[in-house]
Amino acid sequence: MSFTVPAALEAELNELVTHYPEKRSASLMFLHAIQEHFGYISKEATEWIADKLELQPINVYELVTFYPMFRQEPAGKYQIKVCRTLSCALAGSGKLHKHFCEKFALDPKAHGVQTSKDGKFSVEFVECLASCGTGPVMMCNEDFYEAVSHGKADEIVGKCK
Amino acid sequence: MSTQATTETKPTPPPIETVKIKVDGREFDVPKMTPDWQGKLQPTTMLQACQVAGIDVPHYCYHPKLPIAGNCRMCLVEFGTPAMGPDRKPVLNPDGTPKIIKSVLPYEPSSPRGAIACASPISPGMELYPSSEATKQMREGILESLLINHPLDCPICDQAGECKLQEYSVDYGKSASRFVEEKVHKPKQVDLGPRIMLDDERCILCTRCIRFTKDIVGDDKLGIVNRGSYNTIASYPGTKFENNYTLNTVDICPVGALTSKDFRFKMRVWFLKETKSLCTSCGTGCNTIIGSRENVMYRYEPRENDAVNSTWMCDYGRLNYKWINREDRLTQVQGSKLKVQTWANAIQYISEILLRAAAGSVAIVASARQTNEELYLLKKLAAKFNAITDSVPRVGEGDRLLLDPDRNPNSTGSRLIGIAPEKMGSSLPKIADGIRGGSIKTLIVFGEDVTKHGITAELLSQLEHLIVSDILPSATTAAAHYFLPGCAHVEKRGSFVNVKGRVQRFMQALQPKGDARPEWEFLHELVINVTGQNGFVSIEGLFNEMAKEVPAFHGVTWAGLGDAGVTVQI
Repeated sequence: MSFTVPAALEAELNELVTHYPEKRSASLMFLHAIQEHFGYISKEATEWIADKLELQPINVYELVTFYPMFRQEPAGKYQIKVCRTLSCALAGSGKLHKHFCEKFALDPKAHGVQTSKDGKFSVEFVECLASCGTGPVMMCNEDFYEAVSHGKADEIVGKCK
Repeated sequence: MSTQATTETKPTPPPIETVKIKVDGREFDVPKMTPDWQGKLQPTTMLQACQVAGIDVPHYCYHPKLPIAGNCRMCLVEFGTPAMGPDRKPVLNPDGTPKIIKSVLPYEPSSPRGAIACASPISPGMELYPSSEATKQMREGILESLLINHPLDCPICDQAGECKLQEYSVDYGKSASRFVEEKVHKPKQVDLGPRIMLDDERCILCTRCIRFTKDIVGDDKLGIVNRGSYNTIASYPGTKFENNYTLNTVDICPVGALTSKDFRFKMRVWFLKETKSLCTSCGTGCNTIIGSRENVMYRYEPRENDAVNSTWMCDYGRLNYKWINREDRLTQVQGSKLKVQTWANAIQYISEILLRAAAGSVAIVASARQTNEELYLLKKLAAKFNAITDSVPRVGEGDRLLLDPDRNPNSTGSRLIGIAPEKMGSSLPKIADGIRGGSIKTLIVFGEDVTKHGITAELLSQLEHLIVSDILPSATTAAAHYFLPGCAHVEKRGSFVNVKGRVQRFMQALQPKGDARPEWEFLHELVINVTGQNGFVSIEGLFNEMAKEVPAFHGVTWAGLGDAGVTVQI
């Protein structure tokens, strides 16, 4: 499979490298930019970055696997992120996560991000979304929701076309 | 004095600046600077200072030949530094001794705060307490946490018996685990490369293997993927860890995570007899340890020698030992013209042939895989007949680390002793011509198949006498009129000279097979019979006699070679 980075993005990345004393330091920024553009970081993308920054693929792969927010598979069209940090956990984020999983036929006990069969929804736990007084909180793509009851959750899902 | 041989040529060292410190209450003058893994002088670390004081600090990730990582925490040591007053002068105790402030946790001053000895430099007046109760408790804590997810499968683990987890468990471990939760499970039997098997559950993530392949080999293939308790050593998906030095990671892995596919499950290591030897696969002459049991060799391991191979050896050399145990080893005295196939008979026949031989009618092809002692005795025979002699060159691809393009272990020795001319192999065509022209009637071949090097089977059939010694069958051994079974280097003692002029000796690990005898023994008998010169009946005496006769070896003695060898002018 060939992997091509659009010229505009590549120009942006080339400029990014100049911000750092060492090329390697730009690794994380590269990964963010690639994920933002392609939605996930494929094996080909990892190798492309390594080549670009004069690294070995393993050096980049270490980062991709270390940070849970980097995805190696395409995510769903709608990404549901449920906060599981203490306040939200006390306010029932576990049950909320389970509710989503059951709705999309996913395993609530599985580790990490899961995507529904039709590729429409991804569900995952994330750490603190910084609204501890109004838990449980969640995000659906870039939209933020507070005090999400199961009813409200169904409403949010209903709005996703 | 014509003594050229030295152990190491070093300029007079400048006076060493030292630092006064105390280790377990005893005062020591420790060098301020100590060579690091690359030999560059760096501030002496606590761990090195403890070594000067004769105290071992337990460690996993630290390795003297690798960059420091400081991740295993096993080398934590309690320490204290002299108190300084506001005037920047040491505060003194009432008895006049400097007041020492022990390092403690800032938020919990009753708890000692250790430092990792591998990466913490010493300072003047510092006190180290590597044997204190607090140090012991730190080590116990670290070890317990390292074992939390460890599978404790020692009974079937190849590392058992040479495992640092086991060793330190004896010193700092608990008899039973306090961990009642389920252990994290990680990949097992990971096929990391063609020669390496990885068990991620046994791994303690010391990163020695990563640093070795990145910083020593220059093949940045390994890394740690995933996070937290799911951390695993891995190569990039779809790639193999397969450079020519991978098996060194098995040696330096302090636990049973990396195992050699060649050696795993073959033998419990505590049964292995260890013999100091050399690798014979190229002209570098890496120092090795042979592991053998009941006359079977199981493995090579590198032996430290900073003048030759540091603590490494290449995979090619390490695995090149299978031929020693080959089924078709030639172990009987034989030959088409030998009626009674005994040593006494063969030596007598050959001696008579050589006694009758005219000057110039004998040629000798002696392998550059043979020892100095054997080549020296053959040279003595050659001198008697004014014989043409040569060895067979063997060339391969070299690399920047250890592997030399010269695949003979003793080309230098062959040249220094005068068997091979400066351009090894250049006399072989002359020998072939001599046989063709009829001037050479007797050919002595040691350890080579000359039919592959211009002296064809047809030429061999024109000889009056073909005397061959070898250990494996070849077209030349098949044509031999007299065949004398010799020994692999692991079955005898002797010395080689590497490509840089390092004279090194190796010891005997195995008994010769069948009737085979070390070549120097029967060559010694032939030399006595043919030249009338007496010699020495031991390898020590033989080497010392050779050292007197061969100019390059002047001043060297067998005992003086020691384990690390001696460098001579070449």
